[in-house]
Amino acid sequence: MIDVDVAVIGGGVVGCAVARELAGRQTDGRPVAVALVEARGDVGDVTSKANTAILHTGFDAAPGSLESTMVSRGYDLLSAYAGDTGIPVEATGALLVAWTEEELSTLPALRDKAARNGYADAVPVNSAYDHVPALGPGALGGLLIPGESIICPWTTTLAYATDALARGARLLLNHRVTSADVGADATVLSTTGGDVRTRWVVNAAGLGSDRVDAMFGHRRFTVVPRRGELLVFDKLARASVPRIVLPVPSAKGKGVLVSPTIFGNVMLGPTSEDLADRHDTSTSAEGYAFLLAKGGVIMPGLMAEEVTASYAGLRAATEHADYVVDVDPAQRYVVLGGIRSTGLTASMALAERACDLIEGSGHRLDLRPDVPAPPRMPNLGEAFPRPYERVDLIEHDPDYGTIVCFCERVTRGEIRDALRSPIPPVDLDGLRRRTRAVMGRCQGFACGAEVDALLRGEGA
Amino acid sequence: MTSHRDVLRPAVAVVGGGPAGLAAATALRQLGIGPVLVLERQRAAGGVPRTSGHIGYGVRDLRRVMTGPQYAERIVQQARDWGSDVRTGAMATHWAGDRALLVTSPAGRLLVEAEAVVLATGARERSRSARMIPGDRPSGVLTTGLLQDLVHGRHERAGGLIGLRAVVVGAELVSWSAVLTLREAGCATVAMTTLHERPESYAAFSVPGRTMLRVPVVRRTRVTRIVGKERVEAVEFTHEGTGQKVMIECDTVVFTGDWIPDNELARMRGLDLDPGSLSPVVDTALRTSAEGVFAAGNLLHPVDTADVAALDGRHAAAQVASWLGGATRPADAVLVRAGAGFAWVAPGVIRPGDPAPPRGRLLLWPTGHRAVPRVSVRQGGRLLARRVLPWPASPGRVFRVPWSLVSAVRPGDGDVIIGLD
Ligand SMILES: Cc1cc2nc3c(=O)[nH]c(=O)nc-3n(C[C@H](O)[C@H](O)[C@H](O)COP(=O)(O)OP(=O)(O)OC[C@H]3O[C@@H](n4cnc5c(N)ncnc54)[C@H](O)[C@@H]3O)c2cc1C
Ligand SMILES: Cc1cc2nc3c(=O)[nH]c(=O)nc-3n(C[C@H](O)[C@H](O)[C@H](O)COP(=O)(O)OP(=O)(O)OC[C@H]3O[C@@H](n4cnc5c(N)ncnc54)[C@H](O)[C@@H]3O)c2cc1C
Repeated sequence: MIDVDVAVIGGGVVGCAVARELAGRQTDGRPVAVALVEARGDVGDVTSKANTAILHTGFDAAPGSLESTMVSRGYDLLSAYAGDTGIPVEATGALLVAWTEEELSTLPALRDKAARNGYADAVPVNSAYDHVPALGPGALGGLLIPGESIICPWTTTLAYATDALARGARLLLNHRVTSADVGADATVLSTTGGDVRTRWVVNAAGLGSDRVDAMFGHRRFTVVPRRGELLVFDKLARASVPRIVLPVPSAKGKGVLVSPTIFGNVMLGPTSEDLADRHDTSTSAEGYAFLLAKGGVIMPGLMAEEVTASYAGLRAATEHADYVVDVDPAQRYVVLGGIRSTGLTASMALAERACDLIEGSGHRLDLRPDVPAPPRMPNLGEAFPRPYERVDLIEHDPDYGTIVCFCERVTRGEIRDALRSPIPPVDLDGLRRRTRAVMGRCQGFACGAEVDALLRGEGA
Repeated sequence: MTSHRDVLRPAVAVVGGGPAGLAAATALRQLGIGPVLVLERQRAAGGVPRTSGHIGYGVRDLRRVMTGPQYAERIVQQARDWGSDVRTGAMATHWAGDRALLVTSPAGRLLVEAEAVVLATGARERSRSARMIPGDRPSGVLTTGLLQDLVHGRHERAGGLIGLRAVVVGAELVSWSAVLTLREAGCATVAMTTLHERPESYAAFSVPGRTMLRVPVVRRTRVTRIVGKERVEAVEFTHEGTGQKVMIECDTVVFTGDWIPDNELARMRGLDLDPGSLSPVVDTALRTSAEGVFAAGNLLHPVDTADVAALDGRHAAAQVASWLGGATRPADAVLVRAGAGFAWVAPGVIRPGDPAPPRGRLLLWPTGHRAVPRVSVRQGGRLLARRVLPWPASPGRVFRVPWSLVSAVRPGDGDVIIGLD
């Protein structure tokens, strides 16, 4: 039986960050043995793959909340880590746009709120059009948030997981935890891949976090999946969206934004709709209609562009306004639940917090002096040189000069590297998240067969 | 970072090694122009026909009938025999000047500085996402282009991408081609759907098609949802008239037709585009709005048959040759626009003194079916010509209008509008 010091349940962005952090710690000079226990066949395959991919400053969080603290700390940690690993980040900044007098009148209060969240750089602007000329008519003013950035959510999760593995953690894919048997010294997790014995458990199960919580006898929250649908527009639209365009947040949430993506597209969304089904990531005709109507006001010109993709993600909303983060020292159990719409940004801070909670319960977790260097991740970001345009790389390996996916300019070399990486893709979607293959405007019309052959090891 | 390794300076750079680009290259060499460089991003040249297994290629340009792969091989060989440098695995990714391109190829990142450029980048079918069909995102959702590539590569049902029961969305010629290809892969077509009252390719194919292939065509129907978590399980159809919804079980959906030109380079270069087709606007000499940049093939008319694309290429070659020889483009221009019953027309500019368009035809895209189409040509509100043409106008098929109908067009009298009465 697998026997570890800490089992992290859930290989989303939060769980991967936690596993990485724990694997960088030691107790009495001995590295902490960590298992990352994930139900699916890949990491980052649920909510962490389907979000708006913004590295939030936390300017609009509820001041004093745990979420506010975690987001602003997570922003700093992840920004630095992205630099170390090559996770693409673009500091595009955001323009929050007021479309009504009422919204305009709330801008000063928003600026104060940002300051209370530790973010003092928000700048009011008179003409929103100076900053985003393609805005639709009727923008009355705005607030610039220079720190809001866009990031690659897939690379982030993979970097954490790859780093965790390099630090000695074990990745247990296709291990869905079905029950927990808490003993005096150890807990045995029953999973679909066999039992896992562990001293501590960290619950980072996202949409399943309340159910895992119940396995430990707790009834403190219920996840209500809140669906967010998004439309991704053609890269040819990117030039008209120099920065993130945010609405004035309301009681109902962050609202619909228009944002450049790190891959060079433009995104419109998300919707916000509570569902009963925790697996329903389908898109809907109503969602499209709603987004097109919103988009038509924010940026009418964008609506004339082709749609490259659409998708939906489920936020793990709960009855609580804040994250549900707690420790149960008697059961040696930490919960990181209800991480709904900021978990990508907050991930590294949540990982630190999980360690603090375990340490606070008397289990020492010192920093290891001997951790390996963080991995260098392949660059999927459009703002940085990609292999297909790198004279040096192609010279030395013609596979980087062989573009396979034309719309996204993904080379044979990158696909090969992904297939040989420490956490290789198990399907086309996994390959897409590692390389961008087949996610462009033609959606495989010109390259799908070739990519499929390479994925199955048949590429010539 | 240096942007490139080698510099190539051909007289003409042809982007796209499909029928249009290859025919242009061959004709240029036949006219004594060189060097000619053809850039093809796929690992083999030939364009769409390369993987299109059925018969029906080469009729108008080579005056014989052959399969797509045979045709592709032949036109590639011809271009090479005439001395064009046909580079495969070579993709033009950016412009580096008015007629200069950056190219990625296994031989390195290249800068191509040409005296003239011919864009022949073809067209593609809109994906399920581009058509904004909601629902789940399972595997088993294809376009004809992908289907054809999968089957041509003889991946036995291609790792499950092709299943056993398919729904084909569309009823154009290309849709029937999809049915044939599916059959070859061992996948039955359980239904075809079309938005139209009459299947688009009715006259040409669907009667024999339906009897031969026994595929029910569901008319005036839109696909409104895809169902299935990992794999397609069903699609939802909604009738355009009644709004009635029906689910059909299937494990494969092929989206056919609904073409869009591969206009990325055209847009990056800032060329004028036709609002209906999104193709670069050209005159009858196939000049785009940028000097020394020409265009040919399905990039201009998404889509017509391969032989027509090839004849475009040949036509463009003569015009490129005359531009290289110092000829300038006539200053006067009359814009041609699609009127009632049509989505677009190509070419979109007529210049007095220019040659007739390729094959002496204007190409238009019908928005509905008309068995006996009466075409009228107006300029500045004045009726120039009206004629009943002896071939039907069908959505999903290019409609051809003889050049003689616009012979009375005069510069300075306003735009020309071609429509159905
Ligand atoms: C539409 C949308 C937009 C968003 N935009 C942003 C944004 O711009 N910026 C930002 O910072 N955040 C954003 N978020 C939030 C962010 O995506 C989430 O907070 C984050 O992905 C949550 O990560 P997670 O690891 O907690 O959950 P998940 O990614 O869902 O991971 C949980 C994992 O646990 C596994 N699991 C569940 N139950 C079990 C079990 N019993 N046994 C084993 N494994 C199990 C699941 O398979 C899954 O892999 C957005 C979210 C949505 C939906
Ligand atoms: C399924 C199907 C069945 C068909 N059946 C028939 C038939 O039976 N008979 C018939 O006559 N026609 C048929 N056609 C239509 C025919 O294939 C097209 O008319 C013809 O291929 C158009 O030629 P083209 O040169 O304009 O474009 P394409 O054949 O599309 O060639 C364009 C080429 O440009 C390349 N390219 C694009 N961008 C770049 C770049 N940036 N750098 C380098 N290279 C680039 C592409 O890779 C491609 O090879 C069919 C089409 C399809 C999809």
